Amino acid sequence: MIDLLLNSAPAWALTHAAPLMIMVPLMLGAILALVPSGRIAWIVSIVATLSSFLLSLILLGIVQTNGTGIVSYAIGNWAPPLGIELRVDALNAMILLLVASIGLLASIFSWPTVESEVRKEKTSLFYSAFLLCFGGLCGVAITGDAFNLFVFLEVSSISTYVLVALGAGRDRRALPAAFNYLIMGTIGATFFIIGVGFLYAATGTLNMADIAEKLPAVSGSRTVQAGFAFIVVGLGLKAAMWPLHQWLPNAYSYGPSFVSMFLSATTTKVALYALIRFLFSVFGPEFSFEIASFTYLFMPLGIAAMVACSFQAVFQNDVRRVLAYSSVAQVGYMILGLSLGTADGLSAGLFYLLNHAMIKGTLFMAVAGVVLTYKGTTIRDFAGLGRSAPWTMTAFAIAALSLIGMPLTAGFQSKLQLGYALFEHGWWWAVLLVVFSSALAVIYMGRILEAVFFQPPANPRKTRKEAPIVMLVPLWVMALANIYFGITTKLPLDLARDAAAAVFGMGAGR
Amino acid sequence: MNSDHHIILRAVSKMLIPLIILYAFYVQFHGDFGPGGGFQAGIIIAVGIILYALIFGVPAAMRAVPPVFTRSLAAVGVIIYAGVGFWALFSGGNFLEYQALFHEPPGEHHGQHIGIMVIEIGVLCGVAGAMLTIFYAFAGRVAEIRDKDW
Repeated sequence: MIDLLLNSAPAWALTHAAPLMIMVPLMLGAILALVPSGRIAWIVSIVATLSSFLLSLILLGIVQTNGTGIVSYAIGNWAPPLGIELRVDALNAMILLLVASIGLLASIFSWPTVESEVRKEKTSLFYSAFLLCFGGLCGVAITGDAFNLFVFLEVSSISTYVLVALGAGRDRRALPAAFNYLIMGTIGATFFIIGVGFLYAATGTLNMADIAEKLPAVSGSRTVQAGFAFIVVGLGLKAAMWPLHQWLPNAYSYGPSFVSMFLSATTTKVALYALIRFLFSVFGPEFSFEIASFTYLFMPLGIAAMVACSFQAVFQNDVRRVLAYSSVAQVGYMILGLSLGTADGLSAGLFYLLNHAMIKGTLFMAVAGVVLTYKGTTIRDFAGLGRSAPWTMTAFAIAALSLIGMPLTAGFQSKLQLGYALFEHGWWWAVLLVVFSSALAVIYMGRILEAVFFQPPANPRKTRKEAPIVMLVPLWVMALANIYFGITTKLPLDLARDAAAAVFGMGAGR
Repeated sequence: MNSDHHIILRAVSKMLIPLIILYAFYVQFHGDFGPGGGFQAGIIIAVGIILYALIFGVPAAMRAVPPVFTRSLAAVGVIIYAGVGFWALFSGGNFLEYQALFHEPPGEHHGQHIGIMVIEIGVLCGVAGAMLTIFYAFAGRVAEIRDKDW
């Protein structure tokens, strides 16, 4: 399919894929702020995300076929170390594809839920903010310039705060949640930019590839180490790394349900990508302070997230809060994978990242369907839905099993890869903890599934009410993807392995 | 709005506001030769209108510069900026490559000059619009519980 696209795409799309990918959504987002009609805004946002999706496939195709494995684009034709460079390699081609495909499915499915949850005069502005957020996330993933990364991080974050706050139409608690998120997110971004400032002071350049080249000469200096610490804390906050995750549960549970779906599948993933980019491409596992941070910081924090947040998820009564805490726990698995500091560990972490985006996207989509038809999101509200909304709930159940890690689902494969990588490194006790945390997932997802399928409905007069077809189709695309990638893992696993290989500076291993 | 003791403020600000706006345009167009540029000029324009709102009241300011206009102005600013980027793309250059705007050979600099000028106008619109929108959002907010009901 990618070959076909590469052959049929016009020449301008091939040369300018990188800037078009981010600028089409950003430009259309600005135009949407002038459009009064929400329905037109919905269609425009589908067009924008579709174009980004196609361009991300093109970029992936070019990266896989052009030999060097790197697409570099000089903005304004200013040569890279000084000018801003958009730089795509196997790692961010994968992230771009993830963000764009989730964005496309999310915007297709969004209309019924946005229409019911966001006030009418705000819908087009809502889509405008969504496109800015989407463009910003793609920008974070595509840029090769550390300062530019900060700018895009802020573009996406600020529009995210707006999106979360728009949930106030349904639940007033969205406002404090958004404010809390704003404060935490801004602190994170500030820490990140302070860290970049330190690196700039030490190396005199902002281009990430260039920084990486100049760092080994100055790696002993306190400036670089302080910069490293600031960047890790800043991006850790954005990625909801335990214990910096306090903003996440509220933001996910009180925002509009479409927003929690989109955010859960993309924002923390993109922040995690930025963290990986800094840990492995800009700095590298050869620096002694980074090895120390892997062993004494990331590994314990990852494990703490896995266990502590899974426990917290067990005691939540709101389905979306269960899923939100489980998200923090899953970030813990990814952090554990990358804390191995090896190519295997990183590829397991990235593979986990891909699958988790798919799983959480499906779960939150199904929840959005329930919110649309039945309003409530507590576990009691979900009782008996298995009979009144079988299609929505079957997709939910598939994704829930995948989250737990049942064989034949994507979640199983990602835990398997993580387990392999951990065993290879000799951390067999960590494998036990992964299994233990998965057992907790059985409990917290099991509570919901039990209510859905085995309890009588809380209100017996609730009749059969399925989510509309616009929502069911993207939902089932994602649910079936969970099964498909649970049976044949070739596509995502190759992507993750290529990405890890590209980061470790080895040729794509295929 | 019977507040005669504000008469000096009113008279002075009526004289100052045109000068502030004029100064904003000086900062805008002098940006190539000295300190200044679209961001500062946008702030100064917004400050002129905010001063008007402080002296004559927010409703009067909202009649003069309606919130819909400021919001659209911010969006138009972004569109102008991004539009220059796309213009360069359509002229066959890289994104935002000013040199390509008029298909000039390397020695000529009209594209560089006009490109940055248009970009700065976009920044001016964006910043002024965003500042005013934020100001209106705070100043025009109606308390959901009236103060005396607390």
